[in-house]
Amino acid sequence: MAAVHGDVHGHGHGDHHPTGIMRWVMTTNHKDIGTMYLWFALSMFFVGGTLAMGIRAELYQPGIQILEPELFNQFTTLHGLIMVFGAVMPAFVGFANWQVPMMIGAPDMAFARMNNWSFWLLPVAASFLIISFFVPGGAAAGGWTFYPPLSVQGGLGVDLMIFAVHILGASSIMGAINIITTILNMRAPGMTLMKMPMFVWTWLITAYLLVLVMPVLAGTVTMLLTDRHFGTSFFNAAGGGDPVLFQHIFWFFGHPEVYIMILPAFGIVSEIIPTFARKRLFGYSSMVYATASIALLSCFVWAHHMFTVGMPVVGQLFFMYMTMLIAVPTGVKVFNWTATMWQGSMTFETPMLFSIGFIFLFVIGGFSGVICAIVPIDIQVQETYYVIAHFHYVLVSGSLFALFAGAYYWIPKWTGRMYNETLGKWHFWLSMFFFNLTFFVQHFLGLAGMPRRIPDYALQFADFNMVSSIGAFGFGLTQILFVYIMVSCVRSGEPAPEKPWEGATTLEWTHLPTPAPYHSFETPPVIK
Amino acid sequence: MSTSKINLVMLKKLFIFTVIMFAFGYALVPFYEKFCEVTGINNLLQPDILVEENWVDTDRWITVELDANTTGIPWDFKPLQSSVRIHPGEPVDVLYEIRNHTDREVNGQAIPSYSPRLLERYLKKFECFCFTKQVLKPNEVRQMPVQFTIEPGIPADVHTVTISYTFFELPGGQKAINDK
Ligand code: HEM
Ligand SMILES: [Cu+2]
Repeated sequence: MAAVHGDVHGHGHGDHHPTGIMRWVMTTNHKDIGTMYLWFALSMFFVGGTLAMGIRAELYQPGIQILEPELFNQFTTLHGLIMVFGAVMPAFVGFANWQVPMMIGAPDMAFARMNNWSFWLLPVAASFLIISFFVPGGAAAGGWTFYPPLSVQGGLGVDLMIFAVHILGASSIMGAINIITTILNMRAPGMTLMKMPMFVWTWLITAYLLVLVMPVLAGTVTMLLTDRHFGTSFFNAAGGGDPVLFQHIFWFFGHPEVYIMILPAFGIVSEIIPTFARKRLFGYSSMVYATASIALLSCFVWAHHMFTVGMPVVGQLFFMYMTMLIAVPTGVKVFNWTATMWQGSMTFETPMLFSIGFIFLFVIGGFSGVICAIVPIDIQVQETYYVIAHFHYVLVSGSLFALFAGAYYWIPKWTGRMYNETLGKWHFWLSMFFFNLTFFVQHFLGLAGMPRRIPDYALQFADFNMVSSIGAFGFGLTQILFVYIMVSCVRSGEPAPEKPWEGATTLEWTHLPTPAPYHSFETPPVIK
Repeated sequence: MSTSKINLVMLKKLFIFTVIMFAFGYALVPFYEKFCEVTGINNLLQPDILVEENWVDTDRWITVELDANTTGIPWDFKPLQSSVRIHPGEPVDVLYEIRNHTDREVNGQAIPSYSPRLLERYLKKFECFCFTKQVLKPNEVRQMPVQFTIEPGIPADVHTVTISYTFFELPGGQKAINDK
């Protein structure tokens, strides 16, 4: 090895790392780790998706057909946990690993070894969650928000969930520290903060949110653990504790958490729209300030999840107005994306389609969010399918669509191969159709009073539920197409041109060959 | 300083920040306790002050149903009258009885619960066994008063309300031999 060391850059390095499986276990390369994050997230997306298919199959008709109520509850709980912590969050960290160093002209992440650890914690946590289905008493069944008293009473499955959340939290915190340090200390000369690509900005702010609230989540689950096994009574009314306290602490984490899942999506879309509109991003600095104010405001709205716990009217009003205030910076962003497209020379390749779909559907989700924020309405729709519709519009057609958009956008850079554009478009239109079929009708179900997290329902809800289930099966099947497109792209796609998107302006497109070499920017580029 | 040194400084700072935020999560517990105490939210366990010359609405009757439950405590617990009829504003006394049917000392705490929920705003309790923990010697029986009134401001369509207590065992009494 020492002999190779003095060798010319780029050539000698390829031989440094172990091959086979050990390459992936030991790797400290941000691109390898990014790839692992993305494949892991995709697998978890299918595990969580399988649970969702189970839920929708049970809800296809009234009555209990497939899942006993206990198992149904485990399915909804684990579906939420796996999608949030196993699919969406790791997927965004995967994008950060690949893209942040390349977009700021850094050779790698700041702490390469820690980066490897953050990733390898994930499969451990995921296996805890999956194994918990097979322990006596089954998996946690009190909802992804694990409110006490159910989470204090549950069996071994709840303990496994608590450990999994601890591990996932540690992984996210390590990842966030890594990303902050990389962005703040390792930018290429000349790349001032206000010249950073939007994706990098959104991740910087997201990473700060992560170190702010993930430790609080860790504290919450620790309290739960000691309530369960060590005689404390944080949440146990019998011992002087209070279950409502749990909700306050949980949602102090929980609401910023939903922004942790959407800010990087904003970042991805803010890269793609200018590329395919062939114009600069409209209002760059207002985008930065909007992102920062969303993050700040998101720390003062948590109690909009708890309007019905019996808080005083002043409290309800405060949290109602604070929540509505978030719509302002969000509106700024939507305005800027639209203005970027205005009079642009647009083309509609798959990444652009997913980004435009994102804007449309995310706005619907934002509106239903504002409706939920209105206290008298929320008292009606809380814990109904209306809320389910709301957060799937922001999370599936928001975060997930942005992830798809990003994957199509950057896969040529990552692999040097093009995906099949026709199939990509099919993937988009099928996803769009089935997504709306699944979730739009849930607004009606919720307004009519169908409660969430219940395996059976009254007969008047039957038709919409059948529609929703058919949509869900269609959406699930469509995602197999995505795997097919990605796998065939990686294995046998057409070689990608050096710069497949002529409008792209960020460093990875302008300063690096396609595919991006294993080691990039070992001498930093100079940004003018 | 080299980049890796600067990075390590940053790592240290962010790690300390993480630890502080973990502690902050715990600090929220006493914070909320104080907050609720100061603002008077959730003060189910504090006595209200008896105001002399309270206005009594002698034209209205409200039926107060009394309910008693136990969870995980070896006591019998019951109200000595299942309901009382009162005028809004009129102070009343009712009695509850607890009986420890084991031969060990047991500590218990009662947690109140009201229905309909708006009752909480109008119910004033001057004395209640739920303000403190109760300790019963082996086989002891005790009768305990609750003194309360319902303020006349309670909406006119409320005719029946329920006051319910649940007794829980507190740690600290003598443990049963085969308790874990
Ligand atoms: C303008 C922006 C938004 C507003 C005003 C808003 C408002 C709300 C409100 C008031 C609720 C509580 C509804 C209830 O439980 O009755 C809620 C729930 C929820 N929101 Fe949003 N929201 C917004 C954006 C988002 C975004 C961007 C995400 C995630 C990417 C998100 C994810 C969620 C989730 C997951 C829940 C349900 C949590 C649960 O109970 O399981 N929201 N939202
Ligand atoms: Cu929220």
